[in-house]
Amino acid sequence: MPKPTSSQTIGPFFAYCLTSSEYGYTLVADNSLKSPSGKKIKISGKVYDGEKKPVPDAMLEIWQADPEGTFLAPQSEKHQSFMGFARAGTGEDGSFLFNTVKPGSLKPIRGLPQAPHINLHVFARGLIDHLTTRIYFSDEAHTYKDPLISLISDKNRKQTLIAEFQEEQAGCAVYTFNINLQGADETVFLRW
Amino acid sequence: MVDNSKFFNSEVTAPVFGHSSIGQNDADLTTQHQGEPQGERIIITGKITDDVNRPVSDALVEIWQTNAAGRYIHKADTHEAPLDPNFSGGGRTLTNAEGIYQFTTIKPGAYPWGNHTNAWRPAHIHFSLFGHTFLSRLITQMYFPGDPLLKFDPILQSVKNPKARDQLVATWDSSITKTGWALGYKFDIVLRGPNQTCRED
Ligand SMILES: [Fe+2]
Repeated sequence: MPKPTSSQTIGPFFAYCLTSSEYGYTLVADNSLKSPSGKKIKISGKVYDGEKKPVPDAMLEIWQADPEGTFLAPQSEKHQSFMGFARAGTGEDGSFLFNTVKPGSLKPIRGLPQAPHINLHVFARGLIDHLTTRIYFSDEAHTYKDPLISLISDKNRKQTLIAEFQEEQAGCAVYTFNINLQGADETVFLRW
Repeated sequence: MVDNSKFFNSEVTAPVFGHSSIGQNDADLTTQHQGEPQGERIIITGKITDDVNRPVSDALVEIWQTNAAGRYIHKADTHEAPLDPNFSGGGRTLTNAEGIYQFTTIKPGAYPWGNHTNAWRPAHIHFSLFGHTFLSRLITQMYFPGDPLLKFDPILQSVKNPKARDQLVATWDSSITKTGWALGYKFDIVLRGPNQTCRED
């Protein structure tokens, strides 16, 4: 079988192609997702390096099910307004914001209920390969029973995957999710 | 890092981008402005396959690069080389049913950076790819054959396996080269699958 092509760092100069609303390209750079149904949510936070300094040129990508727990095929009518994918670059202060909707619960896996979550990739200069993780929600009943969350024994480490509910803002639930690329508070990243 | 391979299922799906994601001149970086950019016109084409050798169709391929002088239009690029009003350096396309993509562009220039004394990045094109699972996502860089800077570049050399490094260097191909018009390069890409037992490096 062929060997997979190696990853190389995203570097500092990707924005005009990948997150370029200011350079005239909006489709996958647009981090506002539309959905006809579902609970509107905002997830914001900052990306920090191993020295707790904000990372001003990271890129995040999210991928999620719709509010009914379905990953949308491009042929589906719903896909026209809601794709489930979004991309955002971090600002000078390392901050990012995703406007999206709460994903639905996915089917149980090996008999274990899966809590609603969003898949996340983190790209940053200095990372040869990107990092992959998930965003869970502090106000979801199944979050602590989720098979992945259950794999993590340390309570504080579990917390790194859980977006903290802050407040309700004009019909929109606001969450905070910070990402630590390295160090004592390092976010739990996934390997396979 | 936590090994989640037993519980992956949301990760084995992936976004699929339609043709509406691609603008008319997105795959030809030499026609995005009024005039033609300076530099050596090139064609880059290749096949995207997954880890079990199946072509990856309808994959979004995005590229970004410097102009012929080695300058990115990115506002953070401070290299003292001229911008080219006829070149932005960003492109995107979808693979066809056989997993083939193709770009027309100009050869990017080398540029200096602060990594070590007199450090220069070899000419390269950044590639971003989506496969059929979220875990297949790949961002990498393509290099040009015969570039004397390759062996001094810490970014290319971060790939320890020499064969894996060679995979990042395109090959010049006379069958892709268009008579009297553009040099042709071939750059095939293999995406990881969910069955990948370990990641390179
Ligand atoms: Fe570069």
